[in-house]
Order: sequence, then structure tokens, then C-alpha cells
Amino acid sequence: MMSQARDAAIVGIYEYPSRDVEGRLNPLQIKAASAAKALADAGLNWSDVDAIYDASEGAPMSGLMLSEYFGIRPSVIDTTGVGGSSYEFHAAHARRAIREGKCNVALLTYGSTAHSNAMAIGAGGRGGSLTPTDNMESFAGQTLVANYAMVARRHMHDYGTTSAQLAEIATATRYHAMRNPQAVRAMQDLEFMDIRETTVDDVVNSRLIADPLHLLDCCMISDGGGAVVIASPEVASQCAKSPVWILGTGEATKYPQNGADITISAGAQSAPVAFGEAGITPREIDIAMIYDSFSITVLTLLEDLGFCGKGEGGAYVAGGRMRFDHPGDGPALNTDGGGLSSNHPGMRGIFLLLEATRQLRGESTSQVADASLAIAHGNGGMLGARHTAGTVILAKD
Amino acid sequence: MTEANKQDKPVARPLPKLTELDTQAFWQGTQAKEFRYQQCANCGTLVWHPRAHCTGCVDGDLRWHVSKGLGEIYTFSVVRLSYHPFFRGKAPYAVAYVDLDEGLRFLTNVTGVDDPLTEVHIGQRVELVWEEHEELNIPLVRPVSKR
Repeated sequence: MMSQARDAAIVGIYEYPSRDVEGRLNPLQIKAASAAKALADAGLNWSDVDAIYDASEGAPMSGLMLSEYFGIRPSVIDTTGVGGSSYEFHAAHARRAIREGKCNVALLTYGSTAHSNAMAIGAGGRGGSLTPTDNMESFAGQTLVANYAMVARRHMHDYGTTSAQLAEIATATRYHAMRNPQAVRAMQDLEFMDIRETTVDDVVNSRLIADPLHLLDCCMISDGGGAVVIASPEVASQCAKSPVWILGTGEATKYPQNGADITISAGAQSAPVAFGEAGITPREIDIAMIYDSFSITVLTLLEDLGFCGKGEGGAYVAGGRMRFDHPGDGPALNTDGGGLSSNHPGMRGIFLLLEATRQLRGESTSQVADASLAIAHGNGGMLGARHTAGTVILAKD
Repeated sequence: MTEANKQDKPVARPLPKLTELDTQAFWQGTQAKEFRYQQCANCGTLVWHPRAHCTGCVDGDLRWHVSKGLGEIYTFSVVRLSYHPFFRGKAPYAVAYVDLDEGLRFLTNVTGVDDPLTEVHIGQRVELVWEEHEELNIPLVRPVSKR
């Protein structure tokens, strides 16, 4: 462990508490409020920030616009926008920029009012853009949920995976959500019915949204946001909280190709790079923060990240294995409650970094004793079509 | 017919644009109910979706071919919930990736079944069936009838 390079660390975090701002805040205000709190968490100020990262989901030229809005003058500006995994990409890029000496304090922010705007993300139509792929596909009426469902259908066909096995993922995240007051309040504010721990039967008996995915296999659509501050070792040593080191990162894309296996995601390309750089194996991971847009996303990614073999995900997650207090080997999954039961305003990637950091600081509401290594894996775009993968391996000080 | 019904405009399927430069030759081909695809005469790469350049080599020579219109379902989902003004009235409907025998995989709907929940399967043999519109036709699939 001591031989691993420790050249950038997460030093400040903040998760915006409300999942329903009732139209009283805009996404920029959520970004700024979160940034200020994350900087305060680190013991830093706006004037310390010399690198800005944004997924440019709100407006063009967001690197310029946000610099002015925050009142900062960064010398590194990165607006990589690759969907919900953007923040894992940002963490990777910030580490590289810090290592090169281009900056010392990087600020990542996210804000969304997807719920207040009643964005029909999962079951809405496709956008009005005129890319070649849209022009070939939008006639078919494929919803976002159906896209993921097509992965689940093929996984079931190839490997015998069952709806009950997929449900294990949703019950584990709900188990964690019920211990997280922010997640419970989120479900209340979003008017979830019957807020409680769920069983496999609850998930399997909830209504089908797109075969074979049920309502409780699908994430919520909330408002929300957050911020992450990443700093050099010199800055980190002066910060208020223990640093959480970025040990390794990986990035990849995947898109539809003739004859390709839809059950393999871009994570199969990004994860080995990240693990190789970190010099560790999946068996050593304590905390798995894996983008849970849907249950099938996690099942597929557990395989692609190397926690089990391809096709073995269904058996792997059975028996409540992903719960934080489950004895035996294997990591705890999405201990904040995940996108399924705590926070999903459209692009969840930043929350993976936030909860991984809380775990490695010992601050989680479902704390794993002596958690020392975590993975944050973001999937951006659509799992069953074109998507990006960002893997980040994190270690406590 | 009630007043309310008279005021309801029929909502159409979202149709491709014939102005999109990479894919317009494909959609023009559907006017004659041809499913066109591209293959590179230089390197043999089968390019899908249609575009102006070969993805297999940098001195590509893309040629158009016409599919025989037979293939099988690679995977599918039956959509129960859509908020889209056209598709919400169609649920439940089947969306599928279809592998045509020539080797290309495209996204479409499965039609010609009474119950998509029980009559659509992975590996099922399907054939193209054209949904007719004014300026172009939409390539859907239906199960190949049992002989």
C-alpha cells in the first residue's frame, strides 16, 4: 500500500440535502451552495480554487460561465460531459492535472432540478436533436427504461438470471436508504408509497415498467446536487479532514456494434486500467459505489468490474450479500441508498464519490467498520446502447 | 364522436428527417421499401448506422447494398409505460434489436403479434414489414410465419 502514488486526494465534500426544491432554486444555485459547503468542509475558500470541472449539462461554455458565477479564476478548465459518469472522469482528470503541477485545488459541482421540472427521464420520448443515431432510432419509441430492460432480457436469456436476483440489488440499497435520514426524507418528499425496507417479493411484485424491469428496479427522479474538492498532497496535509486518496482511474466508451454482446459494458474496459494503476484487486474492495440507475446496471457492472465472472452476477448478489452488515467477503453496495432509494437527479456520478469518501472517513450512516478501499464506478448514457464508463479507486489516508 | 374526440389531433409516430446528411440515403431508399446498408469495398467493413465514412479504414470505399429483410431478434423489451404522446397509447409494445442476416443490428418494433408479452422471443426469426408514410417508410419486423 505505501508504495502506491498518493498524488491527489478528495479533501472536501457536500451532498445537497433536498431532493425537492419545489422550484425555489435553480441548478446553478445548488452548485454554488454545494461548492461553498464542500470548500468549508476542506477548510478552504473560493480563492483557493484553481481548477474547475463541470459536465456542461446546463449551458454551453459552462467553464467560463461558472468561473464568473463562482467568482474564481481557474487555470485548468475541464467541461467533459459524458453523462452520469462525468464526475468520475473529472476526478481522473483532476488527479492528472494536479500530478502535472497545473493546479492544486480542483472543484467539481453538480446541480439539477429534474424533479421540479417534471423531466420524464425514464419513460419520456427521445430528444429533438438530429444526430445520425437519433435519426435511425427515435421512430421505435424506445424509452430509457426499455433500453436497460433489453440488457436484462439478454442477460436472463444467456445466463439464467432471474428477476428475484435483480431484486436483491434494490432491496440492499433500500436497506441502506432506511438508515440514511436524507434518503428517507427524499422518499417522503418524492411521495414514495409505503416507505420501508423492501423484500425481493416487493420488487418482483411491483408493476412492470419495461419487461423485465419492475418499478422498484428503477431509480428515482429527484432534484439535488453536490460538490467535491480534490487537492494536491501539500494542500491536503493542511485540510480540515483526512484526505481520501485517488489511487487509480479508468475511462471508456461503448456503443452499439454489429454482433456485440449487450451484456458487457464499457466498465470491462475502464476497470482493469483503474485496478492496475491502483495495484489492487476487486477482492480487496470494501465499498462498491456503483451507478444504480437500474438494478441491471449494478448486476452487469459487478461482473465487468471483476467482482464475479460474466454471467455470475445473479448468484453473486443473492442472500443479501450486498448489505453493509452482511458477514463474509465482498463489498457493501451503495451504502447511501443509491439512485434507487436516495438520490438521482439525472446524473448520479458525483454521489458515488461523496459516499465513498464518507465511508473512507468513517462518516456513513451505514458505516462499514475499517473501510479502507472503495470503488466509484459511473455509467453515463444508456447501458444497452451508447455509454461511458468512469472508474475511480479510492483509499483512506 | 364526442367534442373531445374531435379536438384530439391524431399524434403520429416520430419520423426520421430526410435532411440528415449521414442517413438520408437510407431513408430515401425506404421510399422503394429497400433496406439499404453500407459495406466497404476496400476493407470489407459492414458500416451501421449509415454514414459518409468507413470506420474500418481511412481510404474507405463504401458501397450500398439492399438487405433481403430476414433476421432474428437479439434482445427486446415490452414497454408498459411511455409518456411520449404517440407511444403512450401503443403500450404494451415491443422494442427490439434485430440482427439481419447480412450482419447488421438495428433497433425497431415487433409488429404482427396479438400479445407482445408472450409472442416475442430472443432468437425468433423475423422479417421486415414496412409501415407506410408519405415521404418515407418505416422498417418494422414481424415473426416469420410458420410454414
